[in-house]
Amino acid sequence: MRRYSAFAIAKEALRHNTGWQKAWRSPAPRKKYDVVIVGAGGHGLATAYHLGKNHGITNVAVVEKGWLGGGNTGRNTTIIRSNYLQDPSAAIYEKARSLYETMSQDLNYNVMFSPRGVIMLAQTHHEVRGYQRTAHANALQGVDTRWISPAEVKKLVPIINLDGPRYPVLGGLWQARGGTARHDAVAWGYARACSAMGMDIIQQCEVTGIDSAEGKVTGVQTTKGQIACDKLAMVVAGNSGLLAEMAGFRLPLETVPLQALVSEPIKPCMDVVVMANTVHGYMSQSDKGEMVIGGGTDGHNGYTQRGSFHHVEETVRALVETFPMISRLKMLRQWGGNVDVTGDRSPILSKTPLGNCFINCGWGTGGFKAIPGSGWAMAELVAKGEPGPLTAEFGLNRFREGRFIDESVAAGVAH
Amino acid sequence: MSQRLATGGRLIDRSQPRSFTFNGKTLQGYAGDTLASALLGADQMLVGRSFKYHRPRGVVASGAEEPNALMNMGEGELFEPNQRATTTELFEGLIARSQNHWPSLDYDIGALNQLAAPFFSAGFYYKTFIHPRAAWKHLFEPFIRKSAGLGQAPKGADGDIYEHYYAHVDVLVIGGGIAGLRAAHAAASAGARVLVIEQSATWGGRAPVDDDFASEINALVAELAAMDDVQMRLRLMGAGVYDHGFVTGYERLRDHAPKPGAPRHRLWKIRAQQVVSCTGAIERPLSFAGNDRPGVMLASAMRDYVVNHAVAPGQRTVLVTNNDDGYRTVLCLLDHGLEVPLVIDARRNPEGTLAAKARARGVTIRDGYAAAGVRGTKRVTGIEICPIEGSGGAVDTVECDAVAMSGGWSPVVHFYSHCGGKLLWDEAGAFFYPDAAKPPLNQSGAGFVRCGGAANGALQGAEAAQCGGQAGAEAARALGLTAPVPSGPAPEPQAEAPLMPVWVMPLNADYHRRSHTWLDFQNDVKLSDVQLAAREGYESVEHTKRYTTLGMATDQGKLSNINGLAVLSDALDASIPQVGTTTFRPPYTPISLGSIAGEARGDTFQPLRRTPMHDWHEANGVHWEPVGHWRRPYAYPRSGETVEQAVHREVKNTREALGLLDASTLGKILVTGPDAGKFLDMLYTNMMSSLKPGRCRYGLMCNENGFLMDDGVVARLDENSFLVHTTSGGAEHIHAHMEDWLQCEWWDWQVHTVNLTEEYAQIAVVGPHARKLLEKLGGMDFSAENLPFMGWAEGQIGGFDTRVFRISFSGELSFEVAVPAAQGAAFWDRLVKEGADLGLMPYGTEALHILRAEKGFIMIGDETDGTVIPQDLGLHWAISKKKTDYLGKRAQERPHMTDPARWKLVGLETISGAVLPDGAYATAPGYNANDQRNTQGRVTSTYYSPTLERGIAMGLVLNGPDRMGEVLNFPGTNGQIYRARIVDPVFYDKEGAKQNV
Ligand SMILES: Cc1cc2nc3c(=O)[nH]c(=O)nc-3n(C[C@H](O)[C@H](O)[C@H](O)COP(=O)(O)OP(=O)(O)OC[C@H]3O[C@@H](n4cnc5c(N)ncnc54)[C@H](O)[C@@H]3O)c2cc1C
Repeated sequence: MRRYSAFAIAKEALRHNTGWQKAWRSPAPRKKYDVVIVGAGGHGLATAYHLGKNHGITNVAVVEKGWLGGGNTGRNTTIIRSNYLQDPSAAIYEKARSLYETMSQDLNYNVMFSPRGVIMLAQTHHEVRGYQRTAHANALQGVDTRWISPAEVKKLVPIINLDGPRYPVLGGLWQARGGTARHDAVAWGYARACSAMGMDIIQQCEVTGIDSAEGKVTGVQTTKGQIACDKLAMVVAGNSGLLAEMAGFRLPLETVPLQALVSEPIKPCMDVVVMANTVHGYMSQSDKGEMVIGGGTDGHNGYTQRGSFHHVEETVRALVETFPMISRLKMLRQWGGNVDVTGDRSPILSKTPLGNCFINCGWGTGGFKAIPGSGWAMAELVAKGEPGPLTAEFGLNRFREGRFIDESVAAGVAH
Repeated sequence: MSQRLATGGRLIDRSQPRSFTFNGKTLQGYAGDTLASALLGADQMLVGRSFKYHRPRGVVASGAEEPNALMNMGEGELFEPNQRATTTELFEGLIARSQNHWPSLDYDIGALNQLAAPFFSAGFYYKTFIHPRAAWKHLFEPFIRKSAGLGQAPKGADGDIYEHYYAHVDVLVIGGGIAGLRAAHAAASAGARVLVIEQSATWGGRAPVDDDFASEINALVAELAAMDDVQMRLRLMGAGVYDHGFVTGYERLRDHAPKPGAPRHRLWKIRAQQVVSCTGAIERPLSFAGNDRPGVMLASAMRDYVVNHAVAPGQRTVLVTNNDDGYRTVLCLLDHGLEVPLVIDARRNPEGTLAAKARARGVTIRDGYAAAGVRGTKRVTGIEICPIEGSGGAVDTVECDAVAMSGGWSPVVHFYSHCGGKLLWDEAGAFFYPDAAKPPLNQSGAGFVRCGGAANGALQGAEAAQCGGQAGAEAARALGLTAPVPSGPAPEPQAEAPLMPVWVMPLNADYHRRSHTWLDFQNDVKLSDVQLAAREGYESVEHTKRYTTLGMATDQGKLSNINGLAVLSDALDASIPQVGTTTFRPPYTPISLGSIAGEARGDTFQPLRRTPMHDWHEANGVHWEPVGHWRRPYAYPRSGETVEQAVHREVKNTREALGLLDASTLGKILVTGPDAGKFLDMLYTNMMSSLKPGRCRYGLMCNENGFLMDDGVVARLDENSFLVHTTSGGAEHIHAHMEDWLQCEWWDWQVHTVNLTEEYAQIAVVGPHARKLLEKLGGMDFSAENLPFMGWAEGQIGGFDTRVFRISFSGELSFEVAVPAAQGAAFWDRLVKEGADLGLMPYGTEALHILRAEKGFIMIGDETDGTVIPQDLGLHWAISKKKTDYLGKRAQERPHMTDPARWKLVGLETISGAVLPDGAYATAPGYNANDQRNTQGRVTSTYYSPTLERGIAMGLVLNGPDRMGEVLNFPGTNGQIYRARIVDPVFYDKEGAKQNV
């Protein structure tokens, strides 16, 4: 892999950019791999990357039905934070957040991680108390987060309206080390690094069936033929229920649309990410100048990757109330993804009833922030066949045992 | 130079001049102008700067596809960035400023970026700014952010208002061109209810400029207007098509004539059984070096300006084309006395009628040639030409002040695609058009969108008109109506020579030219960028689009998508349909967030629910607390008193004398029917069917996972009816929860539920003097014998019809009295008046919380958080052992739920008497496997108790009830560690003597 740098750019500029290599190869599938990963989203690619980097397993294929990064990874609003309430969540999200800090250097690909800070507004007494609890929990979990006053909120976000007649801002939970990153770059950076390690990323290749013998996985059927493998990792977010069905088991999750939208670009006016969960909306400003806006999930199940307009309306209404100046901006584009939501709003990283078949799903509305940590932890699970400390609590059996990791406790929406 | 012609101008009214300012300079136009036509009329060719390189840019289009002419418009609370000059109607006093430059439009420092352009190749920022790590946050990102963005950010609140409007129609026709009008006419004639909407201010679309349909358009408009079931709207753009025939429309009511106080935009929410999209087509630019110079314009836009506004973008215009349609512009310019020194046609021997006409009028046509480059910086001064197969070495240069480019047309298929319709590729015309076999499907699986006219690929006027009529008739037929094949006058079609797809001009353009050929004008994406992306493996359209930002500007690729796609497929050596197209997303063009929010802002942001006593609270110094949509009194501070002092006073007074609480927000659900008891037995953990009429019982409700979701008192009204009290926040979702079970699972049970929450005002009369007060009002026997604790009675009190429940959430003697909502205020007034000499004071929610905490009563949402089961809270007594089933029972038997090591409810008392911080955790020795501090409990509620004059708290602690007296450490976030002793959660009147009197 030829390295990217300012020097390489200068050199290439002088020869009309003819010397750049392909960021990743597009090979045809081989007959067999040690590990096949289904889904070239952020989580699938990060799993592959850490299998190679942490465990030296590089005979790996990542099989993707569309284009890599084209699922939720390429559709999300890229909020990164780790101030979750429950211990297992805080551990894996904080691991991820800290890996984001060095991701550009690790991958030699600028993923534009921007630790600009994330505020979660408290607009009811109940929310104030919930966030104060989170602040206490985070202090013991080693997650740097802080309760801030309305005045501090205003200082960080001059365009906010603190005194809306309905839900005045009572303060906020502030994670200065949270922020955003460029979603495509995360997928592309991992893909490039995986390809450079000799892994095959096979796009336009849909898994249509799972082969097994004696209770163990032996390979996958795909639109590009049969691919054999010793181990299989399913990392397909909204399509997890379908993959699980192919493998012969069911998952305790539902797939629902989650939408987002952007405004036309304007000059910088908001430096941090603001989430307003009482009114159901959040907003940040991209480096390009667009206000990036999201809200809660749609109320129905679906695989269409689009949602209903009234949800967009609800979100916009909430944010116009919070940031009155955006009323005069225009919505440029809206879109949706299929998010996989579990009963306790926490992910599943687990062994499955099928031997040597592992699953990573259930990140729902908030898994972009988890990508590197999840990849790290999932790679360990796949390589060793047993959960490590980061995944121990996230097994499928927790639903049977009632050992939920409920994050909806802290906030209605877990972005 | 561009200028206003002495005569003509179909849309302008020369008797009505309009003055406006551009960058502070006062200019003149006419009513009927767009801002773009007025600027061009005033020889303002340079109108903006591009995103990345700050290249000088001029108007390139005449409609919604315009990428360059974006303005900061207006001032103060009416300021708006990124307004497209081409769709902005001119009005007197309009204020526009160009964007994205410093210090001025003419001299922009940012233009230095162009010098560094070779380094800014596609995706350059992914490849650099990597080291040192801190530099991205502190140096590079702030710099990039500052130079990015287009218009200024608005400041402060919006001075305009907006509204929503609902429409239900059989057939919605989007687009009021000739095809749309014919479609509307055909559908309406068949008897359908039709709404036809047009984004611009006039009917007819392109036809009046390109063909001779003027009289038919007038006739159609008049005929449609006279039909009863037809609604026609101008300035109303189709914005998005959604599932189930839902369509949003964006009506610009006041943008052309601002008037504060009247709605600026109206968002239409249309339910249409059938949608006919007659949205026309958009001309494509050609890709040659310098195609972004001010003065280079779409050929069709040029004739729009000449015909519609009598504005000539140039005196000497060269046409660059690969098709016949471009020649229309040539003829039009000649007709208006303008010079066309040259036509550069990529094709050899173009033989269509239009070309022949031009040739006959003496126009020089260089066929088989290409534009090799454009001279001039801030405006065109000439054009270089070379053979089409060449690499760009110019063989000739022609002086000119404008260049018209015509690269063929792309149907506007957005509304077919928004909701999943598929597209096909037309080789001859080089465009995508709707695949009639794969339309978007409605709720019954049938197609509900079709395209007509140019939007369907019927680009020729006559053809388009006919196609529109057919689409309208088909839509009517899809509704089961009989629609004849529509007829209508159609002029002779012109004999056209085929288009020659040219995606790079000249075909073998050298690197220098490819890196100065713009595909996406606004985002500064060049031909070389797309080629580089393909070489680097960004092979999917979506990858290329995202890597280069092609098509991601405010025009959403209306000009650039097909050209970019073609370059990509060329680079990949694949066919265009193989490479595919990116997804079209709503809205069609950007719509204001204000219009989406509509009327819902400020006080009307969300419905406000008021109890019947709201006004009294307001008049008596209330400090409000929002609770869901309700407002509840938090406390009633008196003058000179802090809120906290007020709360403490209210607590003490209630304990010592008499308190009055507005409990009207409490959920009240009537559950009735022969199976009501059985139903409640399933909903609650305890037995409700055994409750006697006249009695109340406190109950717990769990979800399927066994976790507590609500609690409250159930009163049995009669054999078949129960009144279920829920928490204030629970009324709606508990009612929905009941209906969910009744409708989905137990649909054969005979039970009805009604949410009566707002039917009754409920007032809690609480404190040692509570009985005295009620007796003073009289009407019932309030003695403990007649109305014992947990009993209820119906009757009159002081002349009011009431239902009285003897229940207590404070530990005091307490009567909760329900009266019909309309009587609530009067009854409250009466109680306040009669209670004055008994020391009556109203109290709010905070006092309520403290009173209940002193008594160790749990509160849903405080002691519970969705992870707590009744057993954790020591509420075993409320879990029936006799019942074989209730919601949550099985879940509560799972291993983790029966684990003896769960955290359980206890009281907590700080050693110092201080108040424990809310949400604090008790630490345990050591760290877990993820290096997090071990914990063994947490605070769930914490207050200063005015009664006990110390901090009291409740919490969940590992094996808590077995550890009475132990002291735990609770670190605060302030660095302090609070030490608290585990105690019984009932802090006050453990025997319950006070409430039972
Ligand atoms: C609108 C929106 C906003 C969001 N905002 C945020 C946010 O601000 N912060 C945050 O942290 N998270 C956010 N999320 C959530 C986040 O996007 C996801 O949790 C995360 O991207 C999931 O990554 P993934 O790799 O698991 O899934 P994906 O990126 O969806 O990848 C799964 C891949 O599997 C492929 N696949 C599926 N089935 C098959 C098959 N049979 N064969 C082969 N391949 C298959 C899919 O094509 C897809 O590429 C948001 C999500 C959405 C939709």
